This record gives sequence, structure tokens and C-alpha cells, in this order.
Amino acid sequence: MPSSLLWAVDVYGRVYTLSTAGQCWELCKDAHLEFKRLTSVQQCCWGIAGDHQVYLYVHSSDVPIRYQEETYENQRWNPVDRFCEKLLPSDRWQWSDVTGLKHQPLDSFRLPSEHWEWEADWYVDENIDGEPTEKGGWTYAIDFPATYTKDKKWNSCVRRRRWIRYRRYKSRDTWAKIPSQDDGPLPDPFSDISAGGWEITDEPRGRLSLWAVSLQGKMWYREGIHHHNPEGSMWTEVTTPGEVVQISCGPSDLVWAVLWEGQLLVREGISRENPKGSSWVVVDSPSTEVGAIHVAVGINVVWAVTKDRKVWFRRGINSHNPCGTGWIGMVGEMVMVNVGLNDQVWGISCEDRAVYIRQGVTSSELSGKTWRAIAVARDDDRSRSGSANSLASAGCFFSGEVRVQSQSSVMNDAESSSETERSQAAQSTSLTHADAMKRRIPKVTSDSFISELVSDKERKPDRDGRDGQTPSIQEDGAPQEQASADQETSVELLPQSSGQQGARDPKWSNVDLEEAQPPLPAAASDTTETSSLSSVATYNLGMEEQYGVDEHPLWAWVSGGGCAMDSHTHLNWFSASTGVSSSVQSMSLSITPAQTAAWRKQIFEQLSERSKREMENFKHYEQAIEQSVWVKKGNMQWWRDWKPNKWIDVRFALEQFSGTDGNRDGILFIYYTFNDEKKYLHAFINEITVLVPVLNDTKHTFAIYTPERTKQRWPIWLTAATEQEMHDWLALLNLSCCDSRGIHGAPCKQAIWSTTCKGDIYVCEPAPNLEAVPYPLPCDQMFWRQIGGHLRLVESNSLGIVWGIGYDHTAWVYTGGYGGGFSQGLGSSTDNIHTQTDVKSVYIYENQRWNPVTGYSSRGLPTDRYMWSDVSGLQECTKASTKPPSPQWTWVSDWCIDYNTSGGTDREGWQYAADFPATYHGYKTMKDFVRRRRWARKCKITTTGPWLEVPPIALWDLTILPCSSQSSVEEVSLWGISNKGDVLCRIGVTQQSPAGTSWLHVGTDQPFKSISIGGGYQVWAIARDGSTFYRGSVSAQNPAGDCWYHIPSPPRQKLKQVSVGRTSVYVVDENSNLWYRQGLTPSYPQGSSWEHISNNVRRVSVGPLDQVWIIADKVQGSHSLSCGTVCHRVGVQPMEPKGQSWDYGIGGGWEHITIRGNSQEAPRIVMPVPAENTLEKKGRVAEEGGEGGGRTASISSVLCIKEEELNGNAVSC
Amino acid sequence: MADDKDVLRDVWFGRIPTSFTLYQDEITEREADPYYLLLPRVSYLTLVTDKVKKHFQKVMKQEDMGEMWLEYEGTSLKWHYPIGLLFDLHASNTALPWNITVHFQNFPEKDLLHCTSNYVIEAHFMSCIKEADVLKHKGQVINEMQKKDHKQLWMGLQNDKFDQFWAINRKLMEYSVEEGGFRYIPFRIYQTTSDRPFIQKLFRPVTAEGQTHTLGDLLKEMFPAAVTSDDGEKKYQVVIHGIEPMLETPLQWLSEHLSYPDNFLHISVIPMPTD
Repeated sequence: MPSSLLWAVDVYGRVYTLSTAGQCWELCKDAHLEFKRLTSVQQCCWGIAGDHQVYLYVHSSDVPIRYQEETYENQRWNPVDRFCEKLLPSDRWQWSDVTGLKHQPLDSFRLPSEHWEWEADWYVDENIDGEPTEKGGWTYAIDFPATYTKDKKWNSCVRRRRWIRYRRYKSRDTWAKIPSQDDGPLPDPFSDISAGGWEITDEPRGRLSLWAVSLQGKMWYREGIHHHNPEGSMWTEVTTPGEVVQISCGPSDLVWAVLWEGQLLVREGISRENPKGSSWVVVDSPSTEVGAIHVAVGINVVWAVTKDRKVWFRRGINSHNPCGTGWIGMVGEMVMVNVGLNDQVWGISCEDRAVYIRQGVTSSELSGKTWRAIAVARDDDRSRSGSANSLASAGCFFSGEVRVQSQSSVMNDAESSSETERSQAAQSTSLTHADAMKRRIPKVTSDSFISELVSDKERKPDRDGRDGQTPSIQEDGAPQEQASADQETSVELLPQSSGQQGARDPKWSNVDLEEAQPPLPAAASDTTETSSLSSVATYNLGMEEQYGVDEHPLWAWVSGGGCAMDSHTHLNWFSASTGVSSSVQSMSLSITPAQTAAWRKQIFEQLSERSKREMENFKHYEQAIEQSVWVKKGNMQWWRDWKPNKWIDVRFALEQFSGTDGNRDGILFIYYTFNDEKKYLHAFINEITVLVPVLNDTKHTFAIYTPERTKQRWPIWLTAATEQEMHDWLALLNLSCCDSRGIHGAPCKQAIWSTTCKGDIYVCEPAPNLEAVPYPLPCDQMFWRQIGGHLRLVESNSLGIVWGIGYDHTAWVYTGGYGGGFSQGLGSSTDNIHTQTDVKSVYIYENQRWNPVTGYSSRGLPTDRYMWSDVSGLQECTKASTKPPSPQWTWVSDWCIDYNTSGGTDREGWQYAADFPATYHGYKTMKDFVRRRRWARKCKITTTGPWLEVPPIALWDLTILPCSSQSSVEEVSLWGISNKGDVLCRIGVTQQSPAGTSWLHVGTDQPFKSISIGGGYQVWAIARDGSTFYRGSVSAQNPAGDCWYHIPSPPRQKLKQVSVGRTSVYVVDENSNLWYRQGLTPSYPQGSSWEHISNNVRRVSVGPLDQVWIIADKVQGSHSLSCGTVCHRVGVQPMEPKGQSWDYGIGGGWEHITIRGNSQEAPRIVMPVPAENTLEKKGRVAEEGGEGGGRTASISSVLCIKEEELNGNAVSC
Repeated sequence: MADDKDVLRDVWFGRIPTSFTLYQDEITEREADPYYLLLPRVSYLTLVTDKVKKHFQKVMKQEDMGEMWLEYEGTSLKWHYPIGLLFDLHASNTALPWNITVHFQNFPEKDLLHCTSNYVIEAHFMSCIKEADVLKHKGQVINEMQKKDHKQLWMGLQNDKFDQFWAINRKLMEYSVEEGGFRYIPFRIYQTTSDRPFIQKLFRPVTAEGQTHTLGDLLKEMFPAAVTSDDGEKKYQVVIHGIEPMLETPLQWLSEHLSYPDNFLHISVIPMPTD
């Protein structure tokens, strides 16, 4: 999980963030403002500053926020001027939007605020539906409005072209003031704000609901916030039944507010269509005596705080009942609470003003277990304590204040007042004095409580000795008190400054040091600092008690809306209170890499020296222990080979022994009974080419392939009784297979990587004769071993740089380890194995048929499919019965309607068709008698593997520069496409740091989906509309190139994927055709035309030697047909880049392969003998048992198929 | 880059070339040739010397054969110490092969335990493992294992099956990340110059402050002379599995990787050889 931030404001209005990976509060980068309220989401944070204005802090990212402005230039043909800007009076504007109704000349476009800048000037778009247009970009039609084509015909009377220009949001990593509104009702100053609602709908991307409350108790909603418009467009007022003091908006459809009188409001009717909701329902305060003052909502939870600081949890909240059923009083007294992601809860305690986290909040126990204080230092504390000197001069709490004060003159009053009044005074500074007076009774916001609380604190004598001068403000503070507080400011100035004097006194100590010391060795890597700190701490030990209270920050507000964590997240936030976790940290960090290297290296060296000394000259000695055969047995079920296929009970045994050459080997036996006759089937361990887990919710199955079985497309399927047993067997078999082939440790840099449709990752050590001509190693003899983790695709190059992308589009970089996942212990490296998670959706379909009486209903015809089914309609899949894909997966969301189904949907997610099965469309016509809609539910897998996340940008595709393994490329080109379609170029990727440092955004006019870079820096890419582009002038010196050239696609084909090798360019289109680009020359790298190579191709990977490997569908074996099969193009030679034929390897169920790491040239003199010999020898995968009747081919892809389908095949064939 | 897993293999597959010679005073029917064997460092003498016994049986009268015991340069070799430890302790820095003298008479009752069958070795081995796990995990891991797992540990050692042994033993090497290591490190420090058989005390892998304890820390506390001497000259060698790890090596790592199969870190402290 990448780190994310918890935001908080201290009582002085300073904003701090705490990273989930961090150990200290960091002062916000843009610290010149003081804030009252914050509401954070993952991509940004909104806040109300001391001036009551709304500010937006958008996190910086490698991908810019760009907004595409477009306008159309329209022309009409007349015999005199030909095409010209003279239009008929009835025509549209000469410059218009796409509909022609709105007049928009180029100079009418203005930047929406000072936070935007233009990226470049206007230019003409020369692309229509993925096809390049003629120069000038004109598209022609008979008349407006009509269908436009790129070709000018005899009857083309009008033409138009599209102009585009990008503007870019520039105010990132800084507080950008939201401009005040020009039109409409102008909101009065704001007092509370809450952002959320991002889960209501995906469209437009990054949409947020932002609710705000003004000082007068009015409620406002910010319209039009989404990714391309982070500031939103305008405030609209939302009417409320009373004066509102505070509001909270959850990630989904929960919005609660607190009324001035202490009741709560619940927003109803929030939906995809209407994110603002429609009406309010009043809910009573939890307590009959005291009203509520604060509320916080998440997805399924509502927490509230009443005026007596009691914390309450609302029972019975769900998507059907946003109001819940009742209140439960919770332990602890809080000033405020906040609900973040995953319904995690944060609070600020009344007692010590520390930020607390609610521990043990899980989906089954939403109220959590206990409050735990976050006890970490702040970075500015630490910087002050860097050395004894700086500590003596500036080591006090107030020195930071002085600095802030000098920067913001507006805040003078607030600054000079005691911290008691600070928040209150900050409120009043922006208002006039009269305003302050007018507010006869302070609003019941937690701000007043903050003041009160701090004042409570102040009265304690151990505060700082100034308690006598500080008036306490009561909750119902009367105006005179307010005034006296204002007067107080001048009086307060003196003691405050004397305090500052004190600060310069060397005796003044920031006692944070004593507490900060344990985490410091971890956080501060250089030891000198640590040692100086400890000496300082001892030096000042005597001062500890006197200033004990100042030691930890006093917080006023916390927002966890962008803080991605759950009850399992390991946090280092509690180090000051517990020694254990910090000890782990310091342990791992106190060993510097240099030391590690020294002692470990010495042990390695000495051990091998010892082995040499003690064993080398004595090899002829007899071994004391004779090697014996080791047998492991078990009971399993076997999917028998003959008809009728079914699971039968078998005894399973693995016999291992040491071969004569010292290598271990083994034989697998499957003992079964057929017609009361005991028989068996066996396979040699050294013949097994791949072991595939086929786990599903009912059977713990795995498949064993040998070259023979691969040819048949019919592996040995075995089912273990339990998941654990299956994993134990797989781990053991894997180890045996690797041992018998002498494969140990991490895969080599040249390795071939692949993934299956289950997300399992396989790697193959390429044999030198893999690409030999004319007798390459047969593809079905390649040995694949599994590597831990879960990925959708993997890309590599021969320098050992390997990246992967998960199903949730997370990018991962390979760490150099091996194992993980099921292979714990010996099959796994000690280092470099990390936790990996992935999320994907499971889909089911709701089907309905129209009848004249009730309209569409779930009553179908008897011949119809199930009313709840899978995509084919053959399997019944109800919401209740559908389980996650395997026991490794757990649900992480509820079922919800999927509006992004291909073909489009109506507002309720329905797609219509004349009958099942058919092509569906997103609107109802007269001929439609059936409809369906897709429901999606997310599930999550947590596993381990040699992968580290590369946050934060989610990727769709990626490619790494193929090169020879000896090449001395310093920085390796790596290009990616974000899951939003942005083209990105990775900076700083080297062999030493394969993760690189940052992304460089490469501008495009449309979202992209596939990209590939060739050995000579040729970058080809495919846009989402299927058009192909070549990137010009990319080189080692100019890694991002300069411009895109639009390449026409093969006729009537939308391209899907591209792969570029040394010189060859191959593409796959959406109809699964494989095309080769002809006519590529160094001077004309774009080539001239496409040549069709093959059909039934799903993916292609072209290697650094122009090797061509594909994932193919519909490969016929002797027993069955497989989809998702690894195939190798045979006969590819420099003069014959298209090769001759396909050789079929492992599959089905394979999803992705990359050959781009293998740059081993085949040996020049080819020895065809060994390959054939082994083939002959290995053809002995004997079934010595009685073979049943003839097996008929059935379509089976080992991984996709569910148990029922397997049985179904068996029955139907 | 070598992986820590390779250390486990190297440790397991360590062999000491040994020549067994019959004690000269033993009565034989004819001259007995020396017998040569590669002894696994991690095993026990009586477990791997069946062949030696059979070899010398051929030349001796049945009635003269008492329980076999072994001796090296006057020292009776304790079978219940791992072979590697015995070698490191008594025969480091000597020429290979290791010359062991075989006796069948005059069993040194005061020095050695009787070993009547492999069950005795198994019982001793298992009790060591249990003791080690009590130190590491309060005995929780070993107690939660099934009988067959215990058997697998033993069979792995007896049959020299690395995978078989480590498939179970890895569970004994687990610890929670939060704690940063085992509860206590099971170790024993041996020396030839003392009457005490060995030093064994409670020692944690990390300090109360969370600092890693190293081999040097352990020795400083248990056997300060091994680390420093008055004149600054190195007087002792600290040997585990025939190597001298650096004093900076973290103890937890050593315990995980250089422990013998009985899960103890057997550390020999031997006087520096005088060339």
C-alpha cells in the first residue's frame, strides 16, 4: 500500500501531515496560512483559512491536470470562393461548439482562475475516429449537421475542423485560494467544509462532493469538481430546515450535518444522478439533555460528539437507511472525530488534545475497540533539536510562532494573544470588531470548545505559569468576555514575549527530545545526530517536569479522508508510547548497508572457503549417510482422462532420490482403481514443465503439465482435500522440479516472464537454443516456475529490469527475490519478498424480459436464461451465491450496478436487446424485449512476492527498452500509460534503481492504451480509439521525443496492442489479427503498410532479437482445445523477420508473455540432436493404466474453467 | 548475490573428512585398516559411525566388542555434541583428515554418556530442540507441532535430508516482526580450557532500547576474554561451523542461520593457534 496522509491542524492553525509510512508530523509545505478546518481526500485537501476563505491544496503528481478546450471552425462551399467562412444565414456560427449552437471563437476562451496556465497555442486536430485526416484537419459533410468524413466528395458542401488547446492547473503543492464568485448569490464567510462523495459515480473522473457551511448557518455545495476541474465551478446554496454549524460528507452517499440547536440532519436522495441529494431528515441528538455539536460520517458509519464531549456511534446505518436506528455511547471524550477511508476513525481528545486513532475498526466491527494516541514528534520540533546549539538558541515551542508572525501581518492580533484565544481571535481578525460584537453568542462550533479546552488546560499550574492571566471562556461566552478577550491581547503581549526571552535561555529545553529519542535512531539515519540528541536530553533532564505539558502538540482538527489504512496497516505512529515497534525499526536501520555487507559477506566467503578446505581433497571419501529414497504420499482426486470424465479418488505419491550426478530427481505416481483393477499413472519430475494452481471456491485443484500433456492440451488435474494441502504439495513439487533441473535462486536477467488469467506469475529460464534456426527448443519443453505475487502483466528487459501491473492497475517493480506466495520457506528468498495486494471485480448479470402486463420483470420465459446469471447466461449467479474467485480472495465492497459496461447503459444501468443472447445497447427501442444490467463487486487478494509498489500513478500498460545484456545503457527507457490514458516516460531507471524516480508526462490529444519501445528507441503507441502513433526523435539523450506521427491502421481495424523489437513492429487488432509493419527503414521508421500474419492472437511480444511470441486463442491439441496459449514464431531470421510457422507451448489460460529480456543469440552451429533426443526420451509420459475410450476434444482452458464447466464438458461431449 | 538460504545449505552440507583408526591396544585377529568417512558436521558421532563399527567388527572377536567410543588425542569425544562442534573445539587448525581413535573397551564412564541405540540420540536431539524453543518461543512452536513433524525433524537429520528437515525447522525459526527476534537466543559457548562444560545463560537478541545484539555483545557479557585481552592481542578464536563470524554479526541472524539442527548456536572459543 503506498503511503498516504493524515492531515491535522494544531491549535495555532498550523497544518501538519502525517504519512502512513512516516514517523513524524510534517509541517505543510505551504505554511504561510493558518487554518481552521481541513477536509482531505486522496488527491487533495480543502481548507478554511483564518480569513474564512476556502483554499485548495492539490498534491503534485507526475501527471499534470490538463483540460482540453475545443472549438469547431465551420465552412461552406460556394462556387465562387470554394470553401470559405461565408456561411448561410441559417447556418451555425462560423466558430462553434460541436453542436453548432454555441458561438465560441478562439479568443472567447479565458482561463478560469489564476491557478491555470495555457500549455500552448491553439492547433488543429488531424484525427477523425482514429484515422488521420488530410493536412489541415478538415472533415466534410453534405450539410450541417451530418456525418463527417475525412474524404472530400463531390457532394461535400460543408466542412469543419476541430481546434484544440490545453490549459494546465499549476497551483499544486500549494494552497490555492478559490476565487470568489462573480455571479449568483455570494456565500458569506465559511466556517466548515467537508469533501467526499467520490464513490457515488466514476463519471466524470475524480468527481467530488464538497459541502460547506457559512458563518450564518447556511449550507453551500460546490458544483463541478472533478479531476480536470479541481476547483469546481460555483457555489450553490442548499436549503436547510435550520441553521447548520457543521457538516460531514462520506466517501459514498452519506451526508450528515449538525444543527445549531443540537439536532442532526441527514441528507436523503443522494444518487448517481443527483449527488446533491433531495431532502433532509432530522435525527435527534444522542443525548436528551445536550445537543450534538459534531458529526462525522464514512461509508457505513456515523459518529457524533455531543456538547458534553461524549462520543456516540450510530447503529444500523446502511445504504438503504442513511439515518440508522439508534445511538450507542462510546468510551472517551473527544473534541471532534473524523471518519476516513475504510471507515477508520480519528479523534482529538478533550483531555490532552492528542490525535487518537480508533483501533480495531473492521467491516464486521465498525465501532472498533479502543482509542490509541498517535505519539510522534513534529518535524519542526526535530529540526530544532538537531544539535545542542540550535536547541539552545531556538529550541522552544514559540520560535516557530515568531517566524509565522513576521510573515503574516494579518494575524498579528491572533499571534500576540495567548494561545487560549488564538483560534477565537483568528476568527475575529478577518471580521470587523462590529462583526465580533454582532456575534453576540458564539456559534456552537468546536472552535469554541477548543478555546475552552485550551483554557482549561491553561488553568493548570504546570502549564507555563501564566494561568492567572488567562481568562477562561465559557461555552456560552458572553459578549463582554469576548471583548475582554480582545482587550487581553495587548496585555498578553508582555508575558508572551517574556516567554520568548525564556526560550533563548539555554536552560529552556524542548522536552520533546526525551520522548522523541526512541524513534529518532530510526528516522534519523545519521548517528551523530542521535548521539548529540541523547546528550542533550540528559543534559536537560532536570527540566522535564516543569515543561511537561508543552511537550506534545495540541491539535484542533484532524482529517483522515485521504488516509488509506485499515486495521491491518502497520503504523509507526505509536513509538513514543511503546518500545517494541521502535526497536524493530531501529534494528533494521541500525545495521547500515556497509556493515551488513561486511559481516554477511565474510560469512559467505568463509563458508565457501571452509567447504573447499574440508571437502575438496576428500571427495573420494565415503559419505557417512547413504542417500535413500524419500516418499511422500497423500490422497487426492484426479480428473480422469477417459470418458465419462469425472473426479476419482486416487493415491498420490512422490518418490524422490538422488541421481547419479548428484542432482535430485523424482517420480510422481497416481494410483487408481479401474474396473476393480489397481492401476497407476506416473510422470518423471524432470519432465514436468509447469504446475498450475486452479484454485476455486469448491475445489483445490492444480494441473501438472508435461510436454506430452501440453501437446494434448490436457494436463493431469489433481484436487487436494484442503487449500493448505494443495499449497504444501505445490511447494514440494515445485522444489523437486527446480532441484531436478538444477534451478535455484532468482530468475536470470534474460528470463521470460508470463502471467495467467488468474494473475499467477510464471518465469522461464531460456535455453540457449530457444531461438535456434532451424531447430529451436520445442516450446512445449520450456520449464515454467511460479513466482509469488499477483499481476496482470509483466514486462522486462535483459538488464534484469522487471515491472508489473496488477489488476487494480498498481505498478510494481521486481525486487530480485524469488518465491513468495504459496512457496514459503525454502522455495523463497529471505529478502526482497513483500506483501502484495490486488483488487478486481466480479461481475454478474441481472436479466429481465418485457411482458405486456407488468413491463420488464424478473419473470422470464421458461426457455430464458437465469434471471441472475454470468455473462453467458448459462450459469446461475445470484448476489448471495456468487463467491470470490478463490478462498484467497475476500470481498471488499458490496454489489453495485456497473454503468461502464461496453455498449453503454441507461440511467439505471440497463442494456437492451431484442432477445437473449444478442448485442446490447444502452437505450430502449420498440424492438427490445429483454434487458440486462451488470453488477460488480470488488474482491481483494493479499499475497507475497518479490515486488515493490511504484506509487502513486496507476498504469494501464508499460514497456521497457530492449537491449543486449552486455549493453552499457546507463538510463533505461521505460514508458508507461496511466490507467487514465496518459503517456508517461520514467526518469532515472537504472540497473541499480529499477524503480526509477519520477514520471515525465508526454502530452497526447487523446487517451492511450498500448505502448512499446524498440531497441533503437522507436516508440509506437496505440490510442484508445484504435489509432496508431509513432513518436519522433526519441533517443537516449531525448528520452521523451518530440512529436507524435499518426499512422493509419489496417483497413477497418481498430488496433489493440503493439510490440516493437529490434526493428520489427507487430500489432494486434481488436479482432485478434496479428499484423507486421512493412517498409521500415532507418530513414523512414514509420514504415509503409501492414501485412497480415495470423489470426486468433490475443497479445504479441517482440524481443530484442526480433523474436516473436504470442498468446494465441483456439490452439487445437490432440485431446482438447486451449485458449490463451503461449506460441513461438519459428523461423524468424534477420532476412525473414516474419518467420514461418507457430510452435505451441504452455496454455491455455495464459494471458501475457514478455520475451523482451531474452537477448541470447542462438549458437551458430545448431545441434539438433539433443533436442530431439530429449523429445524422444521425454515422450514417455506413460499412462500405464488402462486407457478408457477415445477422448473427444472439448474446449477447455485449464484456468478459466470452473468445476461445473469441467463436468459439463464431460457430460456434453 | 548470494542469498541467506545458501548459508543454510552450506551449514547443512558441511562435511569433515575423518580417518578412524583402531586403538592400538585393542585385541584384533588381524591388522585393521583405517576407515575413511565424510562426517556431516551437523550430525552426531554415534548416528553416523555404523559403518565404522561394521568395519572394525570384521577384525575383532565378538566377545571383545564393548560399546564403541571415540577419542581424539586423548580426549573422549562426547557423542551428544554435534560433530562440527567437536571438531572445532578439539581439532581446529590441525591437518585433515581428522584422526579419530576407535575404542571398544574401557568405556570412560565419567566422561561419556552411553548410547545404546539411536533412540537415545533422538531423545537427546529432541530435548535440545524443545529447550531451544522454550528459549525462543516459550516452547509454543514445538508444542503446537504434531508428532509427525517432530519425527520429520529427526528423520531429516538422520537421513541427511535438508529439505525434509527445513520444511519443519523453518517454523521454529519464525518470530514476529514486532518483537524483532526470538525471546532469548539459544546458545552455548564451549571452551577446552575450562572445567565447565559450557556457558549458557539467558540473552535477548535486542536490547531493551531496541538495539540489535551482536555476537560481540554476547561474548562481552559471557566471555569477555574472547573479545579483548589486556595487551590488545587476539588470544582466542570464536568458531561456529568452522568459520569465525565477525563480532558485528547480529545474534538473531546467527541464531537463524548458523544454529545446529538442535536449534542451538554452539560456539567454540579456542586459543589462538601459535604458529
